Amino acid sequence: MLTLILIVLPLLAAIGLFFVKNERWARNLALAAALTEFGISIAALVQFFLYCHCQLLFRLDWLANYGISLKFGMDGLSMLMTLLTTFLVPIIIYTSFSQKIYRVSSFYSLIILMQAGLIGVFTSFDGMVFYIFWELTLIPAYFIAGYWGGENRIRITLKFFAYTFSGSLLMLVAIIFLYSHTPLPHSFDHIWLYANNLNPTEQLWVFLAFFIAFAIKVPIFPFHTWQPDTYVTAPYSGSMLLGGLMSKMGLFGLIRWMIPIVYPVLSRTDGLFIIIPLIGIVYASLIAIRQDELKRFVAYTSIAHLGLIAAGALTLNSQAMQGAMIQMVSHGINIVGLFIIIQYIEARTKTTSISELGGIALKAPRLAVFFMIILLGSVALPLTNGFVGEFLLLLGLFKYYWLYAAVAGLTIIFSAVYMLWMYQRVMLGNTNLVTENFTDLSWREMIPLAAIVVLVIWIGVAPGMFMHLAENGVGQIIGVIR
Amino acid sequence: MNSIISLSVLGVLVLFLGILKKKTWLLPLILVGLLASLVMTVLHWNLNRSLFHNMLIIDNSGVAFSAVMIFSTFLIFMFAAQYYRKVVRPLDDIYAIMIFALVGAVLMSYFGNLIMLFLGIETLSIALYVLAGSHKEAITSNEATLKYFLLGSFLSGFLLFGIALIYGSSGSFDLYAIHTYVVEHIHPGLPPMFKAGLFLLIIGLAFKIAIAPFHFWAPDVYEGTPTLLTAFMATVVKTASVFAMYRFFSIAFFGIHGVWEMTIAILAGITIVIGNVTGIYQPNLKRMLAYSSISHSGYMMLAMVAFSGRTANALLFYAIAYSIATIAAFAILILVREARGNDYFGSFNGLSKNNRLEAFTLTVAMLSLTGIPPLAGFIGKYFLFAAAIEQGWLWLVIIAIAGSAVSVGYYFKPIISMYFREDQGILLKADWPFKIAILFLAILIILLGILPFLVSGLI
Repeated sequence: MLTLILIVLPLLAAIGLFFVKNERWARNLALAAALTEFGISIAALVQFFLYCHCQLLFRLDWLANYGISLKFGMDGLSMLMTLLTTFLVPIIIYTSFSQKIYRVSSFYSLIILMQAGLIGVFTSFDGMVFYIFWELTLIPAYFIAGYWGGENRIRITLKFFAYTFSGSLLMLVAIIFLYSHTPLPHSFDHIWLYANNLNPTEQLWVFLAFFIAFAIKVPIFPFHTWQPDTYVTAPYSGSMLLGGLMSKMGLFGLIRWMIPIVYPVLSRTDGLFIIIPLIGIVYASLIAIRQDELKRFVAYTSIAHLGLIAAGALTLNSQAMQGAMIQMVSHGINIVGLFIIIQYIEARTKTTSISELGGIALKAPRLAVFFMIILLGSVALPLTNGFVGEFLLLLGLFKYYWLYAAVAGLTIIFSAVYMLWMYQRVMLGNTNLVTENFTDLSWREMIPLAAIVVLVIWIGVAPGMFMHLAENGVGQIIGVIR
Repeated sequence: MNSIISLSVLGVLVLFLGILKKKTWLLPLILVGLLASLVMTVLHWNLNRSLFHNMLIIDNSGVAFSAVMIFSTFLIFMFAAQYYRKVVRPLDDIYAIMIFALVGAVLMSYFGNLIMLFLGIETLSIALYVLAGSHKEAITSNEATLKYFLLGSFLSGFLLFGIALIYGSSGSFDLYAIHTYVVEHIHPGLPPMFKAGLFLLIIGLAFKIAIAPFHFWAPDVYEGTPTLLTAFMATVVKTASVFAMYRFFSIAFFGIHGVWEMTIAILAGITIVIGNVTGIYQPNLKRMLAYSSISHSGYMMLAMVAFSGRTANALLFYAIAYSIATIAAFAILILVREARGNDYFGSFNGLSKNNRLEAFTLTVAMLSLTGIPPLAGFIGKYFLFAAAIEQGWLWLVIIAIAGSAVSVGYYFKPIISMYFREDQGILLKADWPFKIAILFLAILIILLGILPFLVSGLI
């Protein structure tokens, strides 16, 4: 029941918010809804029992004669992703308070609607319902980026929409195809989809459809071309939603829906599909080094980090998959943290160009500290959240094939290079005309960053709870594969 | 049967009111009359009778489709007051002809005999020729009616010739008799005369539905026809023709495969590709909706090739989803044309600012036509695609899906204009019944998407 409340509450809140005229009320109501949602997800966590799959189940026939039922539940992976969503959305809403936004009620209504869609994606165990929620997130994302976006938003957001929608349609064909190959009476239930009996050719096609759909969403090189532009043009809240949460939908899809259904393709092709994200890691890292625009920089680092997660998940190794889940959480937290810092910098200096900045640390020591901790999380320094996941991912890749681990290991070096170099140029050195009057963070501004930093260190120092949840999530998938 | 009689009586009454010059009574009478006919139609549920020696067969699928068409007409009449606001003369003739066209459409959904099919199509078409030209002063309207009449009467000839050839080989107009004949002659093979007849029949119907390559009339006629009547053409007429084709195949070829499926599948594929690709290049909403209606005919053809126990219902759901979304789009189109003089996409700029309800409704309609969950259009597409995949038409479904992806390119044009572009400043003026009607449509589109089982298990 809690799972259903987690989905229905933001849906109702989104509809309600849409009609709130007063701007202050709209803001506070949105934040209250998001915080309530967080509270409920904590309650779900408390009820969560670690040694059992698919809990907190809610089931209701929706289109019984078409084998579709509203089946929502939680396993470790759903729990992690739900917690990530409910943790980040209040932060995203809170940090947007300082932005100048017109049509406030619609804006927050769309964010909350997107939250409902995300939680639906992460908790549905029925293929068609999963698809419906998957698409439901696209509409708010499109309108947030398009309506409140910056330059060239019309062209860029249409590209974003067309790209992701085409990918989703491929997935739709694959899901319906799988459905028609389940035993009679057909069903979209994940258990039946897992238990398909496709022949190798059919498996390959289904695999390709899924892979392209999820690769576009993540995005994995070479399906990433929509992403940097969209991150840049979207308002900060939109970039955070896209980078922090929507990209996780793609990885989640890989782990929950693609791998258990068509894993034989992966073992048969001998790691061919792992090479694709590996190329992406190197490619995106090299581009990130040369970026001058901060948001675009974060976009490319994100492609590199997400590529590593995808590569690890595709090895089918249980440690790597566990690492992938942890890293999905860490990446979501870190990228939102980075976007918040960029937002603060832009609010003060009116620019996001690295070459125009410098010496901020002298003026704003608090910002510098927060920035450094989040940055080290991204670089995967031991005792930060990035380390736990990245270590497991590389370990899994190494067990698969040492050369893959060697290439993927470059990401550690690369990320240290581009992150620290960026930090040096933005924060260190002498102040210039642009950063001369830089004011340090106020108390209000520090709240979201503090929340993020707590998690960066918590996951880094004591990852126990997260590891157990991830272990639970991996358990079922490994069970299917064996 | 009730609905045919009651609708005909309603049409005559409307004409009488025109003679009595009771202009203000017209629309209320029509709306009440249509609702009454709707109720009478629904009362035939589970009646399953045949009348006049199988001339008309009242079955549940016929009842359901008649009800949908009467309901669509009802919705269109809700916008008539707004559309004809500035017209002084009584409009009894136009309204009456619309109702008579609806009688033809209802006949087409009950036919059990090819003669009845032809009668229905002609009742519908002749009424439409008049309606297309009902805006006498506009040259485009004249062009539309001339084009439609010339091509339409020519293609009616094809249809009639096809019926004659089928009669010539099978010896009957009756659908069940034709079915018996087909069953007896499918091995070693149907005679060429029968096949030629079938082919001509398909062409005749394909023209009415606007399936490529017989679709060329549609954009011009749609553009020239007065907008309210275009909405009627795009929804009621299309539903009637598609269902007539479905009914013909599902009765006369019940349980027989491999005769016509490939032809229809190829036509469907071409239609989806042409409709969607050409749709992108249209400069205004009305022409775009014409191509949209063409591509949706293609999707509905999926139901013809994928016969199973559920396709009738899939088609019904699709017809409903398509009709309500299209009517909603035309309603907003009427408003925009009235306020801003034309319907180029630029005229929609900034609509979301002061006309939130109108913008919202058009957005929901466009998203539903694109097939985005959780709206009605998605569920409709899903039913059809699932039926087609189950029957092994994977390649056709892939074309259809690619078409859906392409359609984003034009369905999003008005959305982008309304929300992301700067304002033009002219406010749309809609009275409250109009607003309630479009709100009702928007809610219906969403509701059918969330609760599709309300309709999905009917027939």
